[in-house]
Amino acid sequence: MIVAEKKPLEAVARMLENYDRVLAVGCGTCVTVCFSGSGKEVAALAASLRMKRRIEGTPLAVGEGMVQRQCEWEYLDPLADQVKNYDAVLSLGCGVGVQTLAKRFPGTRVLPALNTLFMGLPTEQGVWEERCQGCGNCVLDKTGGICPVSRCAKQLFNGPCGGSQNGVCEVDATVPCAWHMIWERAEALGMTEALMEIEPAKDWSTSRDGGLRRMVREDLRAPREETKEG
Amino acid sequence: MSLANAAAIPPETTPKSGGNLERVLSAGQFAVTAELGPPRGCDADAVRRKAQLLKGWVDAANVTDNQAAVVRMSSIATGLLMIAEGLEPIVQMTCRDRNRLAMQSDLLGAAALGVHNLLCLSGDHQSKGDHPGAKNVHDVDSIQLVAMVRGMRDEGHYQNGKDIPGGGPRLFIGAAENPFADPAAIRPYRLRKKVVAGADFIQTQLIYDVPRFRAFMKKVVDLGVHEKTAILAGVGPVKSPGMVRHLRQNVPGLAVPETIDVRLEDAVKGIDDKQARAQAWRNEGKRICVETIQQIREIEGVAGVHVMAIEWEEAVPDIVKAAGLRQQPRG
Ligand code: SF4
Ligand code: SF4
Repeated sequence: MIVAEKKPLEAVARMLENYDRVLAVGCGTCVTVCFSGSGKEVAALAASLRMKRRIEGTPLAVGEGMVQRQCEWEYLDPLADQVKNYDAVLSLGCGVGVQTLAKRFPGTRVLPALNTLFMGLPTEQGVWEERCQGCGNCVLDKTGGICPVSRCAKQLFNGPCGGSQNGVCEVDATVPCAWHMIWERAEALGMTEALMEIEPAKDWSTSRDGGLRRMVREDLRAPREETKEG
Repeated sequence: MSLANAAAIPPETTPKSGGNLERVLSAGQFAVTAELGPPRGCDADAVRRKAQLLKGWVDAANVTDNQAAVVRMSSIATGLLMIAEGLEPIVQMTCRDRNRLAMQSDLLGAAALGVHNLLCLSGDHQSKGDHPGAKNVHDVDSIQLVAMVRGMRDEGHYQNGKDIPGGGPRLFIGAAENPFADPAAIRPYRLRKKVVAGADFIQTQLIYDVPRFRAFMKKVVDLGVHEKTAILAGVGPVKSPGMVRHLRQNVPGLAVPETIDVRLEDAVKGIDDKQARAQAWRNEGKRICVETIQQIREIEGVAGVHVMAIEWEEAVPDIVKAAGLRQQPRG
């Protein structure tokens, strides 16, 4: 899932300084699961903003909205009537959700209430961790299902750096060393031999470094019809 | 685990660099290298002073590349100042600060300006340094960097496989290894990987625990890696019990046995004067270092020592002399 966290209230309030009416919109998928953008968070943020502005003597009307997925066009259509009544939309979705809303409602300011962090998962109650950076050429087959791109602080491809100690990363003692895990897993699976091979320099052109990435499925493409994003 | 990779170790072609370090090592002499930390500003005299302290006492000296992720004078520029003083530099390059374009262009320039040696490193993480908000690069890792430089030199092509007009830089290629890092089982194999990629020499992390290093070297020798590369064992004098604590706490994978603390303690017994205590510690630190060198010299597969006396360059000649490595500076 995409993991995002709430921006500090002060930061959100600053974005809204020049507005009197704002619609806060949650998202029912990733950010609901990581407790940052569900209906409950929308209500809580709306209440805090209203109270803050009331105390400051500049009352703010905060509407509350919720969609199943902010990153899909069809889910946004029902918002259209609501959006009309506000000066701005405050998205409690991830960065993709914010941008989809902005595109869908070109005449309205859309503002982010969350900081989008990473693609990851919960590792224990209340803790989420990164697992993938979308490098565009997955190497998990070679590394025993443990990603060296997102989980090794130096993105090494040929084994642990000299700072790996007692299973933790030199950068942060609370973070397991990805290469320690890769090695242990290879030992458990009897696959250490594969780690003896030199992994050549990665082609990063499939990654963020190659510019905006796009996936095209000609077989699914509607002929001549413009996509909404296009 | 098989030795399948050993066959892929590149064949010897000499001389690779035309530098002094390569000459000493290929003559089978016990090599001595040291370290020169560039200044944090642009004071060329600071480099010249340190170079004069080391000149003649070592075969070449490493020049660090934004060591500990702290901005310092460029390692290549510092290396040129060293060359002018008559001290051969081993230019360090980390994967943290440059992508493959910057690395290759800097190496072409370094070679054109007379640099003969390169040490390839991952680099300390920027979160530990003075610009924690920096973006790191890690386009290639240290082993990929070794392979890239070997390809430039031996095949005469860039990383992309295209020919370098006029041929590649003649560099003697080094890499680092920490024998005490985890997982311990992978270390000799990772060292071999670096050698297969093209490392002509290896410098190790600081060694204080000689028995542990001996066990590591046994595995390295069993793999036959020492025949394909020159392994320089890292040593360094401790200055004080405080420095020992710092090394233990802050340098991952550094094994400093308790006997060192005991010896430093004994060295200042009955001494009250603060300055005299500091001097006694330093003397004992140098003695320990000398003994370590003597023990390490006896270990099969060790081709030299790398003496790291950080911000204490003047200790290097004393140590080199006392260890019987050379009695006077070589011209
Ligand atoms: S290798 Fe690339 S695609 Fe695979 S998990 Fe890691 S970042 Fe994601
Ligand atoms: S300690 Fe492990 S995870 Fe951390 S940078 Fe080194 S190899 Fe990567």
